[in-house]
Amino acid sequence: MQLLTSAQLGYDATPVLRDVTLSVAPGDKVVLLGRSGAGKSTLLAALHQALLAQGRRVALMPQDHALVPQLSALRNVLMGRLDDHGAFYNLTTLIRPRRRDRQHALAILAQVGLTAEADRPVESLSGGQKQRVALARALFRGGDVLLGDEPLSAVDPAQAEHLARLLRQAFPTAILAMHDLDTARSFGTRLIGLRQGQIRIDGPIDAVWDRVEALYAR
Amino acid sequence: MPVRRLSRTGIVAGFAAIALLCLPLADLQVAGHDPWSALGRMLTGFLRPDFSAVEDIFRALALTVAFAIAGVAAGGLAGLVMAPFYRFRAVRWTAIALRSVHELFWALLLMQVAGMGVLTGVLAIALPYAGIFAKVLSEILDEADPRPANWLGPQVDALSRFLWARAPLARPEMQTYALYRIECGLRSSAVLGFIGLPTLGFQLDSFFKQGEYGAAGAIMLVYILLIATLRLWMRPRLLLPWLVAAGAMLTQVTAPPMGAGALWRFLSQDILPAPLRQGDPAGLWPWLADLGRDAILPGIAATLVVAQLALILTGMIAFLGQALIVPRVMGRWGAALGHLLLVVLRSFPEYMLAYLFLQILGPSMLPAVLALALHNGAIIGHLLGRQAGGLTLRPDAPRGLTLWGWEIVPRLFGQFVALCLYRWEIIIRESAIMGILGIATLGFFLDDAIAELRLDRAVVILLATALLTAGIDWLSRGLRARLGARHLRAPGRGPARGVA
Repeated sequence: MQLLTSAQLGYDATPVLRDVTLSVAPGDKVVLLGRSGAGKSTLLAALHQALLAQGRRVALMPQDHALVPQLSALRNVLMGRLDDHGAFYNLTTLIRPRRRDRQHALAILAQVGLTAEADRPVESLSGGQKQRVALARALFRGGDVLLGDEPLSAVDPAQAEHLARLLRQAFPTAILAMHDLDTARSFGTRLIGLRQGQIRIDGPIDAVWDRVEALYAR
Repeated sequence: MPVRRLSRTGIVAGFAAIALLCLPLADLQVAGHDPWSALGRMLTGFLRPDFSAVEDIFRALALTVAFAIAGVAAGGLAGLVMAPFYRFRAVRWTAIALRSVHELFWALLLMQVAGMGVLTGVLAIALPYAGIFAKVLSEILDEADPRPANWLGPQVDALSRFLWARAPLARPEMQTYALYRIECGLRSSAVLGFIGLPTLGFQLDSFFKQGEYGAAGAIMLVYILLIATLRLWMRPRLLLPWLVAAGAMLTQVTAPPMGAGALWRFLSQDILPAPLRQGDPAGLWPWLADLGRDAILPGIAATLVVAQLALILTGMIAFLGQALIVPRVMGRWGAALGHLLLVVLRSFPEYMLAYLFLQILGPSMLPAVLALALHNGAIIGHLLGRQAGGLTLRPDAPRGLTLWGWEIVPRLFGQFVALCLYRWEIIIRESAIMGILGIATLGFFLDDAIAELRLDRAVVILLATALLTAGIDWLSRGLRARLGARHLRAPGRGPARGVA
């Protein structure tokens, strides 16, 4: 998938990233590393646009989750597939989810450890639980590509390992911005490192791992 | 293009100077024939309320609540339907037209078509409220967090996007706003009694006419209690029972039946200007000129004079009263008393206060000016007081009057001027209404035209009133923008929350 060719990314006249060319092969598990402000979120937003333009099905896990706090965890998960159905089906789901949909969403909530919280409004959940709802929504949606901005930043390390594995199994291709190096290493097959507005590292994760520290040097 | 900023003191001085010029034009004499004894009788009535007419009082109270709930519910529902489409010009203009006519004027018009019955009462509240709800709910929707809706991507249909990712986010604020509107609806419903609906205003009027001051005092006490306890008895989950109860109560209202075809006659004949109805189009211009000279111009002049004086007095009351509810200025007990005073003045609608003052002071502009100033001054004072309570003060900040003068007044002065300008438009609307009480503002001429069954004239006066209000609204918004206070939120909405 050729996604970006010599692109200038950013807001208005001042690009955050200059001259970005990027393609992703099916099966790639890409981790994006770089200091905060290096342009990870900008790159993810551009990749999202590019993937949608190619008609790919994308599951998105934005940094702010973009959940609806007033709706239950279960309904937030069900939101992952609204575009597969018509307005009437979605309306009836909002009022009372069908048994099949409910079972499916509950099974995924169980995988992320939220069975007990399924019917609680998201606004009453903790930060880590909210992130797991967003994760469950992405899993329920499924698709060709998972795009995530710090998708495991708020869950505790013991869970992070398990959840990373779930994501790996569920999506053939994934591009995740991460800050925890251990999780990144165990998750990724390919590493892209950003620094000062440019891609400085791009290669198989094991081959380039010893260059990671340079990304964070002052 | 940078807009030249106006100075706040300059604006205040300008408004005060205009008010001084208005003073010689204003009829402010005390026309009552013995105001002190009238005031004494009224206060005695207040202090010794007479609940012996409990059946009448209860019925008026229940009907006030019923009309308010039914009217606000219908208006809210219509507004909710319009809100997502508010960016379309047709919807926006419909909403503007609906809310530019005051509920009392709506009632006077609807009476001609539907008589003084349930339909008139409910629609008189529902129609203008629909326009207000449409605007404010659309603002709430626009300000709700857009990120969940964006997450859904471009494929999801508009209805699902709205119901799943827009409406739930806006719901809490919509609920708060609806509760505020019910409070307004209770005021509107009570005031509609003064023109004949069987609500508290009607009962109050008839008690006064019979000289039963104790019973009138009882009504006012009950009314204050009703508004003060609103948040206890009106809960979102009780909405359905309340609606059913309101519907049941309204079936008790009987009204003389209207002749068939009243609506058609109203639309096809009554509101057509007389020269056109008589097949004399050339007479239209002189007819309009007459109407302008005899009713509209004097009405506008009186409305502007009343509003100008009321605005300045409002400002004075708010300026002095802005610290009434601040414990650091008033002491704990003083602040509690201040709260009570402001709550009482806020719960009485301007029109009802003016009615009371009219009983004491007799017919002149004075009761209207006093009523407008006390009610609006109390509202602004309350809003400023809440902000004053939230100011961060240095640990060694002074207390009492020194705090008021050195911290609160200077720090809130910008807000004070902006709120007064915001209230200006509301004061103009209400000044026009005061005419129904017999003060020569626009409402007087409107009421007169309706009483003479010259509905064609009434409709033109109504248009002039709407244009005047819209003009003042435009002027006030322009002035606020040049003060740098453009983003004042609609009354009844909480403080703006920062987007995380």
